[in-house]
Amino acid sequence: MPAPPAPPTIVSGDRGRALMRRPAVERKENGFRFLTMGSGVAVLAVLALIAWSTTARSWDAFTSQGLGFIISSEWAPNRGKFGALAFIYGTVVVSAIALAIAVPVSLGIALFVTEAAPRRVRKGVGYVIDLLAAIPSVVYGLWGLLVLAPTLEPIYEAVSSAVGETPVLSTFFGGQANGKSFMTAGIILAVMITPIVTSLSREVLLTVPGAQREAALALGATRWETIRASVLPWAKGGITGSVMLGLGRAMGETIAVALVIGSSNQITTRLFSSGDAMPAVIVNEFPEAADTHRAALIGLGVVLFALTILVNVVARGIVKRSERRLAG
Amino acid sequence: MTAVQGDAAVFAALEASLTRGRRAKNLLATAWMAGSLVVALVPLGWVVFYLIQNGASSFSLEFLTESIPVSSRGYGPGMGPAVIGTLLITLMATVLAVPLGVLGAIYLNEYGAKSRLASVIRLMSDVMTGVPSIVMGLFIYTVWVLNFGLSGFAGSLALACLMLPIVIRSTEEMLRLVPDELRQASMALGNSKWRTIVTVVLPAALPGLVSGVMLAVARAAGETAPIVFCVGVVSDTNWNLFDGSNTTLAAQIFANAQLPYPGAQERAWGAAFTLVLLVFLLTVAARVITNRYSKKRGGA
Amino acid sequence: MNDAVVGGSPTTTPRQGSPDRSVLAPTPTPREVPMPVDTGAAPIPNPAPADRSSNVFDINDLDVYYGPFRAVRDVRLEIKEREITAFIGPSGCGKTTVLRCLNRMNDLIASCRVNGDIRYHGIDLLGDDIDPVEVRRRIGMVFQKPNPFPKSIYDNVAFGPKIGGVKDKATLDGIVESALTKAALWDEVKDRLKTSAMGMSGGQQQRLCIARTIAVQPDVVLMDEPCSALDPIATARIEDLMQELKSDYTIVIVTHNMQQAARVSDRTAFFTAEVNPDSDSRTGILVEYDATDKMFSNPSDQRTENYVTGRFG
Repeated sequence: MPAPPAPPTIVSGDRGRALMRRPAVERKENGFRFLTMGSGVAVLAVLALIAWSTTARSWDAFTSQGLGFIISSEWAPNRGKFGALAFIYGTVVVSAIALAIAVPVSLGIALFVTEAAPRRVRKGVGYVIDLLAAIPSVVYGLWGLLVLAPTLEPIYEAVSSAVGETPVLSTFFGGQANGKSFMTAGIILAVMITPIVTSLSREVLLTVPGAQREAALALGATRWETIRASVLPWAKGGITGSVMLGLGRAMGETIAVALVIGSSNQITTRLFSSGDAMPAVIVNEFPEAADTHRAALIGLGVVLFALTILVNVVARGIVKRSERRLAG
Repeated sequence: MTAVQGDAAVFAALEASLTRGRRAKNLLATAWMAGSLVVALVPLGWVVFYLIQNGASSFSLEFLTESIPVSSRGYGPGMGPAVIGTLLITLMATVLAVPLGVLGAIYLNEYGAKSRLASVIRLMSDVMTGVPSIVMGLFIYTVWVLNFGLSGFAGSLALACLMLPIVIRSTEEMLRLVPDELRQASMALGNSKWRTIVTVVLPAALPGLVSGVMLAVARAAGETAPIVFCVGVVSDTNWNLFDGSNTTLAAQIFANAQLPYPGAQERAWGAAFTLVLLVFLLTVAARVITNRYSKKRGGA
Repeated sequence: MNDAVVGGSPTTTPRQGSPDRSVLAPTPTPREVPMPVDTGAAPIPNPAPADRSSNVFDINDLDVYYGPFRAVRDVRLEIKEREITAFIGPSGCGKTTVLRCLNRMNDLIASCRVNGDIRYHGIDLLGDDIDPVEVRRRIGMVFQKPNPFPKSIYDNVAFGPKIGGVKDKATLDGIVESALTKAALWDEVKDRLKTSAMGMSGGQQQRLCIARTIAVQPDVVLMDEPCSALDPIATARIEDLMQELKSDYTIVIVTHNMQQAARVSDRTAFFTAEVNPDSDSRTGILVEYDATDKMFSNPSDQRTENYVTGRFG
């Protein structure tokens, strides 16, 4: 091969100069990249700041109450006693009621939309769910307080007297019946978390490969059998994740609950009684609270923050793992 | 299927009974699915009904402009200060959250891709969407209000914290939908990466981006708890976001709902009607933009 | 194996008159004023006359890796100025990979590594201090699937000049008209320049992409199977277009359609793939590179003969 060796020059002449890199140009490129990265990191910074500042602010409350903060139910701001057990209990109860109602309904709607509904109906259902989600929680609270609670109270009374003293039922449905109670708050929460659980479940169901369904249908299965055999097993993880995200939302929902739960510091299994929940307490007592009281309320906020973060992280983990299973 | 020996009639009878059980289950399941939809429709219809019945009658120009009666016992309009407050505070929150969110989304989709940092940011953004608004309110109370006092701006800060993760995730989604061939075409013309993003990718993603932002704004406009902690309350319009308390429709509804006076409750319904109207307009506008967007993309 | 490479020694002397052959300092000295952003509208300093024997690209010992997998090996060829050079061969032999090396588009793929020597008018294209963005301003590319921006026809064509710094509306109008005319599209769209480019047919969109590319007055136009997504009529129009463009631009085209290569190109390079028996991976190699007439009538290599006569591929 007669090719002579290449000369040592790398660039030459005007053309070469024109092709060279320029620091000013590189600076702009790197500057923009840095700007965008900084903005992304801002999310992490804000989260960290939330955790740090609220904990710091409420530290005194934690140290002065010790473990009693979460295991004692004596909440008496005047005497410097801040035991939040009743509120934690209330949050749990109300969320449980909400899930018990919302999960079957949301799953039903999600399945209806993905498996049973004709095409035109699907779009309509989508709009309905969007509308449910769009209504602000304070409006639900207003309606709950002024319309739903008064309407439900006679129903509660009827149920309570019907149940009387029967062993299991009366622990839950007996006793005094208030419109503003755990039950009403749970019902409103159910309405509010249905949109998120429905749309997330729907997304999960859509990822189930169609081949599974077709295989079942080809074997002569009914629609329900198809769903049970080839759709739900695949979607289990994702739906669990969606439900947990709904739970997170229910725990943190403040205003609607504050208006209809009755603001009564008590731990009882009777669902028709008034009670209180963490976020509701915070928003109701904050404006009038003195410094130490406020610190305790912020401390409640920290507990709430930690709980919702935990639920969210676990939920996302479950969803991601099931997505990987489906894809793999 | 398994063969059943014997008489065709016996076989048919057996089949029928099997099918009956299965058919019943199937029917029940279908009833459950359709019934769930009905169950969801009931509260929606109920709320909308009362909103219109109790709120629409108060809704008028006076209602939107007159000051809030100082004495809650009084009847009559209006919610002017709350309307202004809602608009100003939400607008400021948008101005704070959108640039930061869009830039962050650009990092996630265009630069970070699958890197460790990008994955962490994505996870934390998702987690942040689950942080209750009351916690955001307490956060801003702690870092801002304790130092600078109550103000509309403090409320905007809290709402911006709420909007930020929503804007980031929805913008990232929109950027991902922009086909890579457009980026290649731009780079092949001698355009640098950052200019490609600004002149080609962002404009292509714009409709979806705007739609996502509108939904985030709709969510923020309805928030109450952060307002309670960070903004305070007033009965006259305060145009200055940085000085002194303010109020929003959501906060007014919360306060008035708990008062025993019919006049106050009437104002609460009117404010609720106004707020839902505002949120509804934003949601519908977002949908319209999305639909027009997908029509435009129907090119070859 | 590379006996049939046309031409003797790849010329490496710089074509410009500048006698300065010293390596420039890595950071520009203060007296080095950054070049005014070059739209290409101004002529390149000391342009050579349309010299059919001068080389735009000299490629030697080119290997390209995607991660650990070697996609292409030992490519050596030249691209001559103001000619149409075609890369042909079955799929997966690295034709597009080699093409994308010529305008540094492979930089966009994170796992891609390019080893070897590519000289562009004597300049080392793979050098560390070369700005790929500037390279792509002079070496344009048309893609397989037409990819106009979702903007108006006018904005698509004006896009390149605008980022090059042209702001004056009259100048832009002139550039747009000239580019669309050269791309044989002006008459069809002159009354609807402001309408969206997405409303055009596939063939029109591809001609728009060509207009967009030549609006920046590049030196070279690379085409990656530009007609494979188009119908025969649109294909024929673009092939005619290529012949017209040849007088102003150097064109390198990758094509699956060897009849197309035979129709339009002056020189043809035939690639094939060797299969690694252990890993079942394929590495592209250049088999033969010669004048098109010779490649199709009397090729030197048996593999070339098999391919062009349709015995395989």
